[in-house]
Amino acid sequence: MCGAPPAGLSLEGIDVSKETVIQGVVILDGQPVPSAYVRLLDGSGEFTAEVVSSASGQFRFFARPGDWTLRALSSKGTGEVRVHAQQGTPVETEVAISH
Amino acid sequence: MSRSDVLVDADWAEAHLDDPKVVFVEVDEDVSAYDKGHIRGAVRLDWKSELQDQVKRDFVDKASFEGLMSAKGISSDDTIVLYGGNNNWFAAYAYWYFKLYGHRDVRLLDGGRKKWELDSREQTEAVTPRPATSYTASGPRTDIRAFRDEVVAAIGTQNLVDVRSPDEFSGRLLAPAHLPQEQSQRAGHVPTARNIPWSKTAADDGTFRGDDALRKLYEGEGVDLSRDTIAYCRIGERSAHTWFVLHELLDLPNVKNYDGSWTEYGSLVGVPIEKDV
Repeated sequence: MCGAPPAGLSLEGIDVSKETVIQGVVILDGQPVPSAYVRLLDGSGEFTAEVVSSASGQFRFFARPGDWTLRALSSKGTGEVRVHAQQGTPVETEVAISH
Repeated sequence: MSRSDVLVDADWAEAHLDDPKVVFVEVDEDVSAYDKGHIRGAVRLDWKSELQDQVKRDFVDKASFEGLMSAKGISSDDTIVLYGGNNNWFAAYAYWYFKLYGHRDVRLLDGGRKKWELDSREQTEAVTPRPATSYTASGPRTDIRAFRDEVVAAIGTQNLVDVRSPDEFSGRLLAPAHLPQEQSQRAGHVPTARNIPWSKTAADDGTFRGDDALRKLYEGEGVDLSRDTIAYCRIGERSAHTWFVLHELLDLPNVKNYDGSWTEYGSLVGVPIEKDV
């Protein structure tokens, strides 16, 4: 898929023009972290969704345009990152966790 | 009913892994999660292909539920301990479903699959076969399940608790944000409903907050706990989690889960909807 970062989840089958996609990978010391719990929090910090990162550390949300916080929780540590999402242009991000 | 009658922690679960009268049952939205590892001896239950009628939108009937339990090797007098991913949403749904069909002793594993994993407790990919039983159900109970007409009648007269995220409640999102948003139903919420997201009842690791904190949460949001209550979400699984909090942990008598929830209500012709955006 032209233009997609190599680490990104495939967007095949998703109507990107209609969705506000936030996706990325959980990393620790540069390595992907599988089975991490990734939470999507809204602008007021309220829980909106949670997914488990894949075997390659990847996750995806379908949100709405605006500011969001991603918080990852795993037995190896926790991490947090803020992103700005917009419809039609998927956000690709990394959530780095530390002990 | 005390908290320990309906909720067990991971230490209790580990101590009962080999108890022949305790059956661990995993229920996940992602039904493949069980294959990647589960609590030793646990049985998988598929909330979609096994608990739902495969033609009309409804539960399987009593005879089918009895057949399902018998095939899984579950007896009517077993203690069932339910757990799963998504902070126990679907495990709580199954808990409510087991109660609907009259199972006497059902409990939730506090924190579910997440807490178990975060604690790095033992998991296995091996499936333990269980000999078939002859399960007898009762019900289905109607005192814990709300239907659409009751929800419409409850507007302004009963507590309506919408447990979805604030963005779903306001109408900015139509589904939880791990699912695609394009949906056929209208966005918004049932008029007079209070938005108390299920997530406020649990810590980040998925374990439930204490009874006092839970009671304060609802009262602080203007819910009169002496009145009858209907909880709803999108398809009834997150609201089963809140039903568990209100009916089982706080021991409130008249609480129903509306499993038709927003996918039904938001598709009904002519019913009132409130929307903030």
